[in-house]
Amino acid sequence: MSQSSQPPAFEPKVVAFCCTYCAYTAGDLAGSMRLEYAPNVRVVKILCTGKIDEVLLLRAFEDGADAVYVAGCAIGDCHFLEGNLRAIRTVRHAQQLLAEVGLEPERLEFFHVPASAGPLFAERANEMTDRARKLGKNPLRETARQNAGGKLAREPDEHPPLPEAKHGRLTRHAERVSGGLSD
Amino acid sequence: MIVAERKPLEQIEAMLEGMEKILVVGCGTCVAVCMAGGEKEVELLAAQLRMKGKLAGKKRTVDEITITRQCDNEYLDALAKYVDQYDAILSTGCGAGVQFLAQRYDDKLVLPALNTLFIGVAEEAGVWSQKCMACSDCVLDQTGGICPMTICAKNLLNGPCGGTDHGKCEVDGEKDCAWTLIYRKLEKLGRLGDLEKIQPPKDYSVMTKPRKHTHQAFQQSQQEEE
Repeated sequence: MSQSSQPPAFEPKVVAFCCTYCAYTAGDLAGSMRLEYAPNVRVVKILCTGKIDEVLLLRAFEDGADAVYVAGCAIGDCHFLEGNLRAIRTVRHAQQLLAEVGLEPERLEFFHVPASAGPLFAERANEMTDRARKLGKNPLRETARQNAGGKLAREPDEHPPLPEAKHGRLTRHAERVSGGLSD
Repeated sequence: MIVAERKPLEQIEAMLEGMEKILVVGCGTCVAVCMAGGEKEVELLAAQLRMKGKLAGKKRTVDEITITRQCDNEYLDALAKYVDQYDAILSTGCGAGVQFLAQRYDDKLVLPALNTLFIGVAEEAGVWSQKCMACSDCVLDQTGGICPMTICAKNLLNGPCGGTDHGKCEVDGEKDCAWTLIYRKLEKLGRLGDLEKIQPPKDYSVMTKPRKHTHQAFQQSQQEEE
């Protein structure tokens, strides 16, 4: 077979949601240790993996990511006690949602990467990139930029006008609390 | 609260066959609390439908919006400026919400995304259980706050029956016998005497459906209007 008939090399895009206290620090350490790892990984720093939402994970795939992983603290080490445990559940649920859609759930993963584990951070980055390479391109990548809808703006609910008060003046919550919902 | 669960995605997909513009409408009340049809679930469902549409090479637009409640006309009005642009509205409200939405926008196809399950409570995170079957004639004062109409498989008002088996029900060995629970509760409250009262047969005529209810405060003014 001639060289030209080979499909162009596929470079996966991998998104890593990293907890600032552990995996992100481990990434810093990997840099300080001059460890080399796949440049395909885009790191998104988050305060705690407990903040990760299925919507964020799905949206990453909708926008064309080939693989996504969430890297959080070791069991029992979460700064917010159970954020990593919640993230594990969230990732499992998102995997089910991906399977329903028809994407391979293996494209999504949760890893424990403690702050002192620089080499592990590099290992996980390579592992996920290899996995994405094996699974092939996310079929949604081609259509990622096609607009297929989104969230509509919602007006705040309307309140009926306040009645005239005989004594003093009636106020709404928003007037008493700054930054509250406006009428 | 009303507890519901999302229908399988395949079933929703089948309903949406041939639709190009879809509006997913969430409900921010009961079904948001039971994690079936609130703002977050609507975002997830819309994202799934968009992804599935793209994977199948379909021309499909899926927009999403969540209103405070689908069972009040005031909140449905907020959708008026959007609905005309869509082929179908996919509601993640309970059965009541879907019907009210379909009634308010009666020239639109309104589809249900959820299966409505029961009136229940949250036992723990992610687990709900049925507590009330809306029988229109509450007997909880006699039964220590445990509903024999809902918890007892046979709806017995004068229990237990001969099928109680060490606190479990003969109909389903996994389920608690309501009347054992009631006995234990009344024993704890020192009100076992309540069990000696014979409950008269239930008036099932008040359970005929569909039921309609006018608040006492509004009955007079309604009559005057008539």
